[in-house]
Amino acid sequence: MRLLPNVPVSYVFRNIWTRKLTTALTAGGMALVVFVFAAVLMLDAGLKKTAVSTGSAENAILLRQSAQTEIQSGVSRDQASLIETLPGVARGNGGEPQVTKETVVLTAQNKRGTTKPANLVVRGMPQLGLAIRPQVKIVDGRLFKPGSSEIVVGLGVVNAFDGVAIGQSLRFAGREWTIVGHFDAKKSGYDSEVWGDVEQMMQAFRRTAYSSVIAHLEDAGRFETFKAAIAADQRLALDVKQEPAFYEEQTKALSGFLFWLGLALSIIFSVGAMIGAMITMYASVANRTREIGTLRALGFRRRSILVAFLLESMLLALLGGLVGLFFASFLQVFTITTMNFTAFSQLAFGFDLTARIVLNTLIFAAVMGFVGGFLPSVQASRLEIVDSLRAA
Amino acid sequence: MNLVEIAHLTKSYRRGGQVVPVLMDLSLEIPQGDFLGLMGPSGSGKSTLLNLIAGIDKPDSGTLLVGGEDITKLGEADLADWRASNVGFIFQFYNLMPVLSAFENVELPLLLTSLTKRDRRERVETALELVGLADRMEHYPNELSGGQQQRVAIARAFITDPAIIVADEPTGDLDRKSAEEILGLMRRLNSELGKTIVMVTHDPHAVGSAKHVTHLEKGELVRSQT
Repeated sequence: MRLLPNVPVSYVFRNIWTRKLTTALTAGGMALVVFVFAAVLMLDAGLKKTAVSTGSAENAILLRQSAQTEIQSGVSRDQASLIETLPGVARGNGGEPQVTKETVVLTAQNKRGTTKPANLVVRGMPQLGLAIRPQVKIVDGRLFKPGSSEIVVGLGVVNAFDGVAIGQSLRFAGREWTIVGHFDAKKSGYDSEVWGDVEQMMQAFRRTAYSSVIAHLEDAGRFETFKAAIAADQRLALDVKQEPAFYEEQTKALSGFLFWLGLALSIIFSVGAMIGAMITMYASVANRTREIGTLRALGFRRRSILVAFLLESMLLALLGGLVGLFFASFLQVFTITTMNFTAFSQLAFGFDLTARIVLNTLIFAAVMGFVGGFLPSVQASRLEIVDSLRAA
Repeated sequence: MNLVEIAHLTKSYRRGGQVVPVLMDLSLEIPQGDFLGLMGPSGSGKSTLLNLIAGIDKPDSGTLLVGGEDITKLGEADLADWRASNVGFIFQFYNLMPVLSAFENVELPLLLTSLTKRDRRERVETALELVGLADRMEHYPNELSGGQQQRVAIARAFITDPAIIVADEPTGDLDRKSAEEILGLMRRLNSELGKTIVMVTHDPHAVGSAKHVTHLEKGELVRSQT
């Protein structure tokens, strides 16, 4: 095997293979850093995936102007009725508009195994609310009845909170709410919510306005028409967004926080790993000084030596990168539940390993190998032949 | 015809702040096909002279022509290319790559040529047969005796068909019997393949294989004998 400029590649590979212990330790250090780096990227990707899958492009969500979240928003009953008449809104078999008027309230409940309360999103909706969210399915029990104090809870809630089995009840807004069903929202943000009848919820929470209105459109392409109609009507001082865009914005702050935290950690750790690689490569050059002198005497140029050692360092790092990625891939079985401090609610999301993350991680590893191996490789290439042949 | 023509060659080293002269105004001619033994006490400059002829060190002044080309005028990279096609090296401690097999060690200089993999294989096999190691091709240096390792090194030295082979104490690390085998091989390279060989040695027995012997003392030629 040969690689420009004239580096015996088998020589590079064998040297890595021969020093198994050193290779394992150095690559192990690299693997740890890569693991952290990949884990953060995967978490960020998982968060985005959750956010985007929470919404459907055919649904337009309307909030009071400049409200960032449903919690902050208010839509009056009059406004909500007007929306039903707008062009682009889908209609059911009986001609009824596919619009769901919802109220969203936060309540505190104890998380499993702790006495500390955590925020739980309670959403009041008409029964239509389930129909326009096709990704959500009742997996156990049944949907709440209109006009009753019944609720259904998402699987994220079921996994994280106590006392949420079917037949049990939760207490909030001065009432007992009986759980009659569990729903699976396919790991979307709804999995961390409690749903009940909107009119009952508004009475209990003493609300007069809805939090948000979701209009199911005839198709996603009608969004611009719908949006223009809202802008044209002065009575509708509302912001309108397609659901995927809305939910992605909701997690932007958390996503940004994770990204920068991860980046900072990775950079700090990578300095350690690069110093490790540098020490390994300096030792490698020192142990092979006579071999380097011999190669140079045989006619290999300085540049060949430089490339050979850089290649060795980068291969070492890539090996570490692959090991780190291998272990990081197991993270996909875990789900993280945390506070989304934009919406002040619990959010459950997983690690998602994408092809792009694999590529970025391997590039990151190769760069660590390059930087760590650079100075030792330059030193190797600068050795004087006569001096290095004299080395023991 | 002379293969090597050395005129007024000077070389000194800096040690600490001091300049230590090693070779002083040395002139020497080595005819094509010669087997020259360089002898002399430690520090006499014989290894330095060998390194200069082999193009792995540079003189302070003087000319050094090998095959009509003044190698003191060559730049770093050109000199490396020149060594690859013109010089074969035999070292005291063999200097084989421990991670490469006998075959791969001999093949190493051929990686710098444009030969195909198949041509390289043919050449390496022939060379290893010639040094009597056809059955040891896949062995690694640590699986070979000192004498066998030096035979691999000899195969590596002549594999590119160089104009000149330089040997620095080639028998210095070997027992009597292995040393005799190595010297026999070198005599064959010289007589059968017509290779010009320059050998530095302390060993009076080894020097018996040379056609000519030159003695150095304190950086100057003191006498030559045939």
